[in-house]
Amino acid sequence: MSAAAAALARLDGVEKEFGAVRALAGVDLTIAAGECVGLVGHNGAGKSTLMNVLAGTLAPDRGTIIIAGTDLSSRYSVVAAHAAGVRCVFQELSLCPNLTVAENARIMHPHLTGLKWRARAGQLITEALDRIFPGHGIPPGAVVGDLPIVQRQMVEIARAFTETDVPARLVILDEPTSSLDALVAGQLLAFVRDFAARGGSTVLISHLLGEILSTASRIVVMRDGKVVAARPAAEFDRVSLVAAMGHVTNQMAGTAATTTARRGEVPRVRARPRPGETIALTAHQGEIVGLAGLSGQGQTRMLLRVFSREDAEVSGSVALVAGDRQTDGVFPLWSIAKNITIGSLKRMLKRGLIDAEAESELAEAWRRRLSIQTPDMRNPILSLSGGNQQKALFARALGSDAEIILMDDPMRGVDVGTKREVYDIIREEAARGRTFLWYTTEFDELMHCDHVYVFREGQIVADLPRDQVTEERVLHASFRADD
Amino acid sequence: MSVRAIVAKPWVWSYVAAFAVWLATIAFTGGQGAGGVLTAALTFGTFFALVAIGQMFVITLGPGNVDLSIPATMTLAGTIAMKAMAESDAMIPVGLGLALLTGLCVGILNFGLILLLRIPPIIATLSSSFIVQSTAIWWNRGLRIKPPPALGDFATTNVMGVPVLAVLVIIIAAVMHVVLARTVFGRSVTAIGQNQRAAWLAGVKVERIRFLTYVLCALFSSLCGFLLASFSGGAALNMGQEYLLTSIAVVVIGGTSVAGGFGNVPGLWGASLFLFLLVTMLNTYGLGAGPRLILTGAIIILVIVAASYRRQRE
Repeated sequence: MSAAAAALARLDGVEKEFGAVRALAGVDLTIAAGECVGLVGHNGAGKSTLMNVLAGTLAPDRGTIIIAGTDLSSRYSVVAAHAAGVRCVFQELSLCPNLTVAENARIMHPHLTGLKWRARAGQLITEALDRIFPGHGIPPGAVVGDLPIVQRQMVEIARAFTETDVPARLVILDEPTSSLDALVAGQLLAFVRDFAARGGSTVLISHLLGEILSTASRIVVMRDGKVVAARPAAEFDRVSLVAAMGHVTNQMAGTAATTTARRGEVPRVRARPRPGETIALTAHQGEIVGLAGLSGQGQTRMLLRVFSREDAEVSGSVALVAGDRQTDGVFPLWSIAKNITIGSLKRMLKRGLIDAEAESELAEAWRRRLSIQTPDMRNPILSLSGGNQQKALFARALGSDAEIILMDDPMRGVDVGTKREVYDIIREEAARGRTFLWYTTEFDELMHCDHVYVFREGQIVADLPRDQVTEERVLHASFRADD
Repeated sequence: MSVRAIVAKPWVWSYVAAFAVWLATIAFTGGQGAGGVLTAALTFGTFFALVAIGQMFVITLGPGNVDLSIPATMTLAGTIAMKAMAESDAMIPVGLGLALLTGLCVGILNFGLILLLRIPPIIATLSSSFIVQSTAIWWNRGLRIKPPPALGDFATTNVMGVPVLAVLVIIIAAVMHVVLARTVFGRSVTAIGQNQRAAWLAGVKVERIRFLTYVLCALFSSLCGFLLASFSGGAALNMGQEYLLTSIAVVVIGGTSVAGGFGNVPGLWGASLFLFLLVTMLNTYGLGAGPRLILTGAIIILVIVAASYRRQRE
């Protein structure tokens, strides 16, 4: 039996770019029937993008998609994927919170019509739940929004395994256990193994390496938008898996400037540990403090806690650089200048009115300092490219008189040149006494930090001074020791 | 400012429309009463513009923000002021003070409902308007008390065909234009209207600004109620009726974005004049109340559609 003949799904040379960011740089992936593929990689390695391509929600820029022997590259979509038996459980739940469990199940099975469709949909989802999570206790008539997150996740998973006209051949599970407790997660993993034994295929993405090692039959490792290793699971262990995911960039450490010992004085920021937490976050004057870990492990929440001074002692004014430009940063109807000066209006008042001259001076100064690519700062902000919009957001925070600058993974989608410029300015400003709290998912950026806290599941799990920051240490702390 | 820059201003069109309707009217009458129509437009446009200034700030706060309590606030403020002044000139400052105090209370009530009970503004202001209107009915018991003579004279005086009230409200509009464009408050309102979360993260005190905006709107409503009652010889329980749709229509026709984040004051005057002149034109053409109101509604919808189409194209 040749690999190609047995392949249920095959991706060849798949590429996907988002602006300047190359999310997938030519990925080949084959999934055989009855196989559970464990997919691992650091943040931004391209795992989710690849799965979105496989599920039909994202069209690749280049590459072929072959499902069950048919080349579907040109007409692949969610509908085509579904018709071929490819299902997906996404990280962000896709259930409609205002509908019941049964009604949500019906959405995936459009031909469940006629009288009593609700009862039949309820039966369908209850059967799936019973199979995967025995003793789940979820009534099909319950409104999804009223269910706790664990049960919502269970419904989401079970729904992907419901079958009517098309059998579920390949189910993608993107971080399915992230909100499940150990017992329920165990049920799911047992079911996945059983599903494989019956000829079904799964792709399992998880940051819990123990789950991957115990469940997957084959492990695919991604890094920088490429597959860097694909071997039977038995050939990996925890250490070799972490090693395959990370790349050693310690030559960066050599280029970093002076190593500063933590100063003894009173910190500018101190986030008190909440009940159950052990490590307090502190930041001193002139320090760049990194918030590391996998994405969405509570780093942004920590920044917002400091921003709104909840359970945090903060001495000094605070400004924030948004990473999610559209929802958190840009004012789309305004000029670039106005987008910058909104952080400094009080300073520009002259007899109670905003001084237009002071405003354009500030904007002009930052246009030069960050080389924002525009002929006129009075142009609309949306006339700028994403990276330049991000520079304007930097200018808003840096141009204000804030002593503490919070950065919420602000380099997403920013090109390398811009990044370098901004790193230099951050270091300059820190040398002048400003304090930076910098959430980043890029390891290289941690090398600019004087101190790094690693977050996992909403908590700080490691507190690393500059000289102890290595990619290996950060990665190790990022993953729970679950084996 | 170049001609092109002026034409690009969204408020220009409201003046163009007002002028066109005025021309259509006097063309029908053969030029007769051209000046009189303008004076009347200025007189009634004054009241439209005054409430629309407040409504414009509220709508600029962004989707979901609208003040439906304007008519009730006008009625209650007018009623309380007239009753307190009891036709005595000496009591005018007290009456004005009470009217504004009424507005202040309604504004606080509105925002209290929005913030504390987390009710959407549209429902909060609608329900508060029920309370306010009921208070007015209970307080005034259907009596119509005349304004003090000096106040009544002031409200109806024209100097060379220009109503004194119109001059007053033009000055208020000019001040509010500066407030919108050049103060931290105005800048904050437009920031919130574009993206409330981004505004919060940029350091804007979102709830404080929203509170001030609702209070400001209620203050303008109460001032309008006070002046309208003085102008029309006393407060009537239905005096605010037509100001609900009008306040919103004036804001939209005036070039303010219904989606929030972009407001402007000059357009409010143009739109106020346009709306009054439109009714006058339809009257002149001899249309009865029914067709006239239907046409007015249809034209308002048309203008809103045209305005949003233009924005989409941009």
